[in-house]
Amino acid sequence: MTAATATTPLTRGVFGRASLKRNRRWALIASYVFLIVFAIFFLLPPYYMIITALKSDAEVAHMAHNPWIIAEGITFEQFKLLFTQSDFLIFFKNTAIVTVCTVVITMCISVLAAFSLGRMKFWGSGILATGIFLTYLVPDTLLFIPLFQIVKSLGLLNSYWGMVLVYPTLTVPFCTWIMIGYFQSIPKELDEAALIDGAGQMQMLFKIFIPVALPGIIAATIFSFTVSWAAFVYPMTFLYSADQQVLTVGTVTSLIKADVYKWGMLMAGALVAAAPPLIIYAFLMDYYIAGLTAGATKG
Amino acid sequence: MAEVALRNVVKKYDDVVAVSSINLDIPNNEFLVLVGPSGCGKSTTLRMIAGLEEITAGEIVIGGEVVNDLPPKDRDIAMVFQNYALYPHMTVAENMSFGLKLRKFAKDEIKARVDNAAKILDITELLTRRPKQLSGGQRQRVAMGRAIVRNPKVFLFDEPLSNLDAKLRVQMRTEIKRVHQKVKTTTIYVTHDQVEAMTLADRIVVMNGGKIEQIGSPNDLYHHPKTRFVAGFIGSPAMNLIPAKLETNGSSLKVRLSDNLSFPVPENRAARYRGAIGKDVLLGLRPEHITETRGANGASGNSHEFPATLDVVEPMGMETMVFFKVDGVEVCGRVEPTAAKGSGETMLLRANLDHMHLIDPNTNRVL
Repeated sequence: MTAATATTPLTRGVFGRASLKRNRRWALIASYVFLIVFAIFFLLPPYYMIITALKSDAEVAHMAHNPWIIAEGITFEQFKLLFTQSDFLIFFKNTAIVTVCTVVITMCISVLAAFSLGRMKFWGSGILATGIFLTYLVPDTLLFIPLFQIVKSLGLLNSYWGMVLVYPTLTVPFCTWIMIGYFQSIPKELDEAALIDGAGQMQMLFKIFIPVALPGIIAATIFSFTVSWAAFVYPMTFLYSADQQVLTVGTVTSLIKADVYKWGMLMAGALVAAAPPLIIYAFLMDYYIAGLTAGATKG
Repeated sequence: MAEVALRNVVKKYDDVVAVSSINLDIPNNEFLVLVGPSGCGKSTTLRMIAGLEEITAGEIVIGGEVVNDLPPKDRDIAMVFQNYALYPHMTVAENMSFGLKLRKFAKDEIKARVDNAAKILDITELLTRRPKQLSGGQRQRVAMGRAIVRNPKVFLFDEPLSNLDAKLRVQMRTEIKRVHQKVKTTTIYVTHDQVEAMTLADRIVVMNGGKIEQIGSPNDLYHHPKTRFVAGFIGSPAMNLIPAKLETNGSSLKVRLSDNLSFPVPENRAARYRGAIGKDVLLGLRPEHITETRGANGASGNSHEFPATLDVVEPMGMETMVFFKVDGVEVCGRVEPTAAKGSGETMLLRANLDHMHLIDPNTNRVL
């Protein structure tokens, strides 16, 4: 058989079907088209946010200008106004305090809960693990009603410390779920080796499991950070004075007065508020993906 | 270093009996291998000795002390796992020293022990690497190093070579034997590979269905199996077990394998087998005891020549395996490469009956 006849069936099927190479090319073209469309769709809002934040109030209000470009030059006037003539820095500080506390509380509870549920087999551990995840499925738009009574009875209404109490109801279940998957994916021989080496349960957790499960812990940390930073319903319900308010609600309520929208400051505020999660994601994205993947594919 | 004893040890998982009342005495410095097929209870036995499984009944004694209720860390044992179980975030040196640090050893002592173990295992240059930067064989050496530095009373090995390729497995087998010769510590080694068991062990414990079938030296088990299971399990290729009938042949005995093939029973065994005259038996004969007729190989007063039509011929280099059928049962012989005929041809073979075994198919005991 000649080389030509031998390669014919590989490049074109006997019934004239398209070759693998051609199929792959069309698949790639289709992938790129959809990816570009989706990228444009999702990047347009942030783009609009950035260019609006860099315009003067006059340009924003000028209806004759194309809103998608900066016609009168870049200005940082909106940021200056935001930091000097609004309570934005107070909101930022409150959000940072609430978020850091929530992340610390969440990780302490989640790591310990996941370690016990994922590695220390005991009666009912499977049902408990499922139960924890089920609580995550109850939306915060329903939970805020009973939580209002609890927060009120604890005297934490209109205090950002109340948020430190209620945010973990959003973050702990999912973080525990991620960590359970991650801890379960670690071979059991590792804790048996540690047991034989002389480690107790806490030494095993801190010296073996936490370092080995670091990608999962980082993934859970990023998740709880993002949820706490972006929470809207709870602060909207439980906080009503500016000195206790957080970024999400504070920026909107202080910069929109009746039908007057301070678009430039709103966009500058949104941009600054979005920066911390963006920075964290940029640095820890690899860990985040590795953590989620390991949790998903146990074994 | 210590002796280990198991007294009527039982392990049950709900109603399933994994280990059924086993008794075992392992003297100081002995290399004991637990061998058997998957699910025979060998790993469970090892894990009970390690303290990783609670025992349902019985007593485990290490160094004269009953350790039933002691946690693994207080039993002074070290274990090497099948998948190495190295801590992935630690370097080789940190892996090896982890147990010593937890036991609050002085830094100088830890360093000396790690260096010494690394020297024994030839892994000194790997001490700063992490497990993911090591090959399978190197990882297994580190796992052994982690056990050696502890200087424990007992080493436990749970199928440590199963994850290695065939060539490396042979190398590491020699390595383990060499280490045991240097570090004379009581060792209990679990494997399903009977070649590993034969080459490493001072004594082998053959387990089947949660029970001990036989305990003995490798040669003892190979030449004097007590049960059908041991006869078939130890040895590669396995012993031929051919259905036969024990008959009288004048004043002597013979085993009839088919209408036209029977072997005379050696005189010195006649008294032993006389109780089974007229009964169905299994004739056990290892492949190396069915050889070519040329030369003195297998020739003795108690050998018997017979023709066989070869089904399959497998050249192995230094020997050739020949397969033929006796009354529908496949039988394997081992012949000189130059003496072997081709498949489909008839070859004259010689059975060395000095090494024959007769097995009662009802009790599965060797007669």
